[in-house]
Amino acid sequence: MHWIILPVVLPALLAPLIGFVMRHDIMLARTASLAGTLALVVLALGLTAMATDGTTHVYRLGDWPAPFGIVLVLDRLSALMVLLTAVLAVIVLIHAIASGWDVRGQHFHTLFQFQLMGICGAFLTGDIFNLFVFFEVLLIASYGLMIHSGGKNRMRAGLQYVVMNLAGSTLFLFALGTLYASTGTLNIADLAIRVPEIPVEDAALVRVAAILLMVVFAVKAALFPVQFWLPATYANAPAPVAALFAIMTKVGAYAILRVHTTAFGPGAPGTEDLAATWLFPAALATIAVGALGVLGARHLMQMIAFSVLGSMGTLFVAVAAFSSAATSAALYYMIHSTFAAACLFLIADLVVTRRLTDTLAPAPPTVQNGLFAALFFATAIAMAGMPPLGGFLGKLLILDALRAPGVMEWAWTAILLGSLLTIVGFARAGSVLFWKSTALTAPGAGTNADTPAAPTPNLRATPMQVAPVMLGLAILAVLAVLAGLVSTYLENASVQLFDRSSYVDAVLGTGQGEN
Amino acid sequence: MEIIVASTIAVLTAGGVYLMLRLRTFPVILGLALLSYAVNVFLFASGRLAIDQSPILAKYGAAAYTDPLPQALVLTAIVISFGMTAVLVMIGLGAYLEAESDQINLEPETDNTPDNGGA
Repeated sequence: MHWIILPVVLPALLAPLIGFVMRHDIMLARTASLAGTLALVVLALGLTAMATDGTTHVYRLGDWPAPFGIVLVLDRLSALMVLLTAVLAVIVLIHAIASGWDVRGQHFHTLFQFQLMGICGAFLTGDIFNLFVFFEVLLIASYGLMIHSGGKNRMRAGLQYVVMNLAGSTLFLFALGTLYASTGTLNIADLAIRVPEIPVEDAALVRVAAILLMVVFAVKAALFPVQFWLPATYANAPAPVAALFAIMTKVGAYAILRVHTTAFGPGAPGTEDLAATWLFPAALATIAVGALGVLGARHLMQMIAFSVLGSMGTLFVAVAAFSSAATSAALYYMIHSTFAAACLFLIADLVVTRRLTDTLAPAPPTVQNGLFAALFFATAIAMAGMPPLGGFLGKLLILDALRAPGVMEWAWTAILLGSLLTIVGFARAGSVLFWKSTALTAPGAGTNADTPAAPTPNLRATPMQVAPVMLGLAILAVLAVLAGLVSTYLENASVQLFDRSSYVDAVLGTGQGEN
Repeated sequence: MEIIVASTIAVLTAGGVYLMLRLRTFPVILGLALLSYAVNVFLFASGRLAIDQSPILAKYGAAAYTDPLPQALVLTAIVISFGMTAVLVMIGLGAYLEAESDQINLEPETDNTPDNGGA
């Protein structure tokens, strides 16, 4: 059974193949990249089916026993994350191909596949140092994707992004050194045994390591006060790349969930209260920054970036509770907000490409104004968390899970006020972009979207360009319709996440492993 | 021995952080390089300091040895930071040539209109 490592190996083999063999034939590269990503979806579906029964599958690289060798671990949560990545990647890739983004620079498909390799690896690994390595893989690919097709602002924002993340990586290594010095292991399951054994008085170094790791993951997840890189990066990245980056912030969230529940979580006397104490206020502040940013943004891409920030805050309010009920609510909201954010970036790309600017100011309507307005409206209500799409359910589940006194008033106020401000911001942007524009008349063009005198008929969105957004919206709708089924799976996933002993048994025990 | 290693890490880190705060491309690259040297030495020290000992156990002996795992970690970290520095130099150069400025900070009034590559 080598299935578990395939989500890492497949993109890792495909990427250099596309880069070296197919670089002169864009059609071949596109076909290979799309086929590889579709295969990844199939694989992820298979892995999810494998994990549904609740077994923790362990893959030992080189068949070295667990604390000494590196292991990949597949449980319900990691299978779900790989599936989420694969489906999102298909949507983004279709958009990138249909809108021609992939030919505006070199090696888009190679970097895209390396990015997928890093993300899948980060979700599957059971070793913190290996997590660092996969972080670096996904980061180095994201540097290339971030500055894809160049341009002054993008290069400068890209430089800032690289510097920020290199500093983060250095911090990660400091955290790992501290952790290894105080526990003697970097395997997550082994840590789950050793950290609780450390008495509270001697836990100072482990506490430092836990906080350092949390800061590193918070940088990836764009949590206040280390969120400053996100708006500039997402607003200046090519739109399909920004849509793919919607999963990158979730890598940080996943890492906090995994490491701070399994290794430093409930039951470890020295460190169990740390993450919750610091995460909760940080998450509240992130919601505030996101909501105010949405309200104050003067550019469309910037506004969407701030709404991503707000959704990360909402997610972390639930994560900070570190209970299995709140975690399953957080996971539901995470799936939803990932697709909603990606769809927003894609529809924004369709609009911005036609308006030639992303400033939020009235301009003559573009072709297909009505279609874009409808799509923007649908994705905006998804992102803001209004019925009928699943964002509403996600926020409701989170509110319902956070009823503890002392938490409830803060969390409810922040989430509800944040949602209100986000709705106002999106409503304002939508009316400026799509309504006020119909009052203006473009020179030589009618106000009706279907007028044949539209300035550049070749800019009409092809069905293939609209398809990814539609697909994303369809997934959001399915997520809302099948909410019962999905949340049953997620409840099981979070119960499994908090069941530390079965994770430890599966990884360190004998006879349980697959290979 | 401990004091030498500790103060080396401290000086390297302090220098790295200071250079990073200069917010111009070249000092920042140097600062990140210094920081990565500091973290490499730090990782070495995380396996306890042992002088003149081999990283493998003597056969059947209870002889002292130095922890081999941090050495493997440092090797990985060196390779990664080397590659990352190369990427950073290229991107820094690209940003300098495009923007004709080596400031890391974006100007407060940057026009964020994405460049759509001639679409």
